[in-house]
Parts: sequence; C-alpha cells; structure tokens
Amino acid sequence: MKYLRKNDAVLLGFAIVLFALLQGLISGKVLSSFWQLNVLIIGINIIMAVSLNLINGYTGQFSLGHAGFMAVGAYVGVVLTTNFHAPFVVALLAGGLAAAFLGFLIGIPTLRLNGDYLAIATLGLGEIIRIVIMNIEYVGGAAGFKGIPHHTNFAWVFWLTVIALFFIKNFVNSTHGRACLAIRENEIAAESMGINTTKYKVLAFSIGAGFAGIAGGLFAHCFYLISPNSFTFMASFNYLIMVVMGGMGSITGSIAGAFVVTFLSAALASWPEFRMIIYALALIFLMFYRPQGLFGYMEITSMRPLNRIFGRPKEKQEGGRTDG
Amino acid sequence: MEMGQQVLQQLVNGISLGSIYALIALGYTMIYGIIKLINFAHGDIYMVGAYIGFFAITQAGLSIVPALLVSLVTTALLGMLVEKLAYKPLRHAPRLSVLITAIGVSFFLEYASMYFVSPTPRTFPAVMDSVAINIGGLVINGQQMLILGITFVLMVILTYIVKFTNTGKAMRAASFDTETAQLMGINSDRIISITFGIGSALAAVAGVLVGIYYNSIDPLMGIMPGLKAFVAAVLGGIGILPGAVVGGIILGVVEAFVSGFISSTFRDAAAFAILIIVLLVRPTGIFGKNTKEKV
Repeated sequence: MKYLRKNDAVLLGFAIVLFALLQGLISGKVLSSFWQLNVLIIGINIIMAVSLNLINGYTGQFSLGHAGFMAVGAYVGVVLTTNFHAPFVVALLAGGLAAAFLGFLIGIPTLRLNGDYLAIATLGLGEIIRIVIMNIEYVGGAAGFKGIPHHTNFAWVFWLTVIALFFIKNFVNSTHGRACLAIRENEIAAESMGINTTKYKVLAFSIGAGFAGIAGGLFAHCFYLISPNSFTFMASFNYLIMVVMGGMGSITGSIAGAFVVTFLSAALASWPEFRMIIYALALIFLMFYRPQGLFGYMEITSMRPLNRIFGRPKEKQEGGRTDG
Repeated sequence: MEMGQQVLQQLVNGISLGSIYALIALGYTMIYGIIKLINFAHGDIYMVGAYIGFFAITQAGLSIVPALLVSLVTTALLGMLVEKLAYKPLRHAPRLSVLITAIGVSFFLEYASMYFVSPTPRTFPAVMDSVAINIGGLVINGQQMLILGITFVLMVILTYIVKFTNTGKAMRAASFDTETAQLMGINSDRIISITFGIGSALAAVAGVLVGIYYNSIDPLMGIMPGLKAFVAAVLGGIGILPGAVVGGIILGVVEAFVSGFISSTFRDAAAFAILIIVLLVRPTGIFGKNTKEKV
C-alpha cells in the first residue's frame, strides 16, 4: 500500500510537470494550431485506447464497437451544452453515464458470446448505434449536429486523461481488476474459482464504455460540427489498433499506441493517398514481428532503470503483469 | 401497386441480392471452417474482383462470361497469394494476431486499389440488353435472371467439388480437424490454399454481378457486403455450405423488405440486428449442431 501511494505521487508529479510544459508550449504559440489540435486528439485517443484496453486487453473480451459508445457520449454532450446550455462538466458526465448505461444494457446479453462472435456482435452494435443516431432528426441526422460551442481545451483533455489513466490503473490493480485478469487468462477456470464472470465482464465493459462516452464529449466540443460518420467501425478499428500496437494489457502501451497512431496519421496527412497503405503495412508487419505490441504486458513503472524513481516494486504488485 | 404484389416484388429483389451475399458468404464460411479466421479482407477481394471484371469489359472489350472467367481466375490467384504472404506465416500465432492481420490486409487492399483506380466510383457498363419478364405485374429483370442463373450454376459446381472430388473430401476433413487430417496424409497447406482460391473466385463473381446490378463500383464497396456475408454465414451456421446460401438469401430478403417498407437507411442496421438476435437465440445458426464446451 505504501509503495502504491509513493508510485502515484511520483506519477502525479510527472503529470503536473508535463502539463506545465505542454501548456507553456501551447500558450507561447510554439505549437502550430494543427499540432495543438493534434495534442487534444492524442489525449482523447489515449482515453479511448486505455478504456478499450480495459475491455480487450485486461478482460479479454474482444470488442469492436467502441466508437459507438463514443458517439453516444458525444451526442448526449452536445445536446446538453448546445440545446440546454448545461455546463461542460455536466455534459461530459452525462455523456459518460449514458454510454456506461448503454454499455451495461448491451453487455448483459452480448457478453455471453465469446471470441469472434463477440467481435462481430459488438461491431454490429456500434453500427446500429450510429445508424440510429443518423435517423434522429433532432440531432441533425446524417448531416450532423452544428453549432457546438468550443469548450474542449488542453487543460480539460489533459486532466481527464490523467483521471482516466489513474482510475483504470487502480481498477486493474484492485480485487475486481484481478478478477478481470483471471477471466482473460481462462474464463472457465476463473468461474470455477468462484468469480462471477458475467458481473466482471459487464463491469469492465460499462467502465470502458463510460470513459469512451467522456472521450466522445471531449471530441465533440473540439469542433463546430460532428456527424455520425466520425463514429464508424473504421474508427473502432483505429482504437483497436492503438491498443494492439501498444500492447494488450498495458496502460503504458495504450498511451504509446494512441500517441504513435495519432502522430503517424497527422504526420502523413500531407500524403493522404499513401497514409492508409503505410498504416496497413505497418499493422501487418507488427503482427509478424511483434504480435504482443510495443509493450506487451509491461508498464513503464516496472522497468528496471526506473525502479529507483518509483521505489522497489515487488513482482506481485506490478500493474497488469501476468505471466501466461 | 397493391400490397401483395409489392411483397412479391421485394421478395424477388431480395432473393437476387441475397444470392450475391450467398456467394460471398460461401467463401467466408469455407475459410472460417478451415482456419477459424474471420477474413475481413474477403469483402475487399470481392471489390478487386469487381474491378478486374470492369477492366476486362471496358479495356479488353470482353463480353460478360469471359470477363467473369478472367476475374474469377485472377482473383483466385490473389486470394491464394494473400493467404501465402499474410496468413500462412501466422499459422500458429494467436487468433487475435491473425484477425488484426486480416484487418491490415483489408485496409491494404482498399487503399492500394484506391491509389491505382482512384477513389471515384465507376459506372459499370451495361453488359446486356435490358430485358424483363413481367408475370402479372411482377417484374424480373435481366440482371436478376443473370445473377440467379450464375449463382445457381456456381453452387452446383461447388457442391460437386466439395462432395465428390478428392480435394473436396480433403477440405471437409481439414475443416473437421486440420491436425488429424495432416496425420492422415492430407497436405493441409495445399488444401487451405485451394480453399482461399475457391472462396476468392466466388467473391469475384459476386463482385462483378453487383457491378452489373447496381451499375456502380468503388474501392470501398467491399466493406459492408463483407460484414454482411459474415452475418449470413453465422445465420446459416458457420462452416456449413448450405447454411451460407440460406443465410445469404434470408439476409437479402430481410434487407429488401426493410428498405422497401420501412426505410433504406435502416437496411444495414437490420442485418446486424439479425446477427445479434441469432447469436443470442441460436449461436450455432440455423443448420448448426450444438456442441458442449469442453474444459
């Protein structure tokens, strides 16, 4: 317990320093507006990747409909701020709760499925959410929702990302998180050890969906307009790729994955015709040569040279580290 | 038009669209049956097939049947090539890696084609005179007859191959248990390759037929039909060939009814709703047998 507190304090210190640094770069206009927007997108993508990682990487339930929950959060949020003039924080929370509730409702029946079937079912559900939104005239239908106030700034994104990371990190290291890991490793064995597998799968799914909803709210308030086309299954694939690239079951990995993917697509923006080809080849080669992703199950806090900063970790207290 | 007649008309439209889904679903279900892979790239193979057919007709000036054959052979080779380069090295890798690779291959085919043929949709040439039979107000047009005819012929050929040839027997054995089949002297690698070839050829034909039916093709046309073909395969019972055909036709009919009587925007949602209902009520599909999970 003592170790955990020290670890958290050090990480929080890092977060404050990083925030000051980046805020300085933005306020001092060192970053162009294109890269400023990308900093926001990176933060939002980190929340998406880490929340998806909780479902896919830690609980081992293959979900391909994460963009659908993001869409729910985004639309609930923009309706509240634009039509009801609600404060931004209320809109974000409401969006997150709505997405979490939907995740809960959807999770109960679908999480009985496993593997490929769950993947396709969640993909289908994500698409159904999108098509339903497309057919609601109140939120602008296929043309999209216009006139959204610009609330999202760097501070909001940064601190919500930090909250999401801390929440999921602590969840994974809690009893509940251990139950999720057990389900990932072997569902039948976990069940026979007395773990209520349905409960934990639905719990992880709802938490993941809730954070996706918050990320959706942040995303929507970055732009003047959102449309259902921002939340297709291609977007879900994109988040999945971040998780896989970083390492399923590593929070550090999700951060790195979100960073690399966003950075790559921003850097390749001037060559749109090659961007997706390079991306696709990168994905295939990654699977050939490093299928566990950049970090695998590793966390940055468990790397040897960093132990001095974070205190001497005992093997068992490592975040998400399992051998299997 | 009165109600009953409209229902029949949508049924005809649905069956012809459904038989295209069936062709793609057959490939899906064969590949899934043998290596347990949701081949996300299958829909893109279908797109490539459509483009090869398009160029065979417009550039080489071929008529429809030779164009179909050219497309079928080239795409079968492409399918085998994809299997050899992308999936074979991962034969013993975790399922997830192969799935992600399939997504990668799918992106690659989509965007590489986009680079070569430009993202703008192309108008598929009219390959036949517009004929239509009118049975008491019920219209069956020439394209629909062509689709039904070609689908029927291909299904007869496929049934013959799978049921009566040695390759077909080997395919069935390998899909039952690849390792045991290997021990019995079946060259699994060769059989997997052939399965990809046949599946891709069927998808190519479906691609050309869709081009003829909708008069328009584009590099991203494969995404939705690819997913729907998977839905069709699951609906019929994955790994079961007649199941894929029945599933494809049911899906086509449901879609025709939804777009005809409710709204065409809900067409895609209907397909996924069917999938989820099937998975929850009868996950093994219409023709599937229940198997107990073993520890």
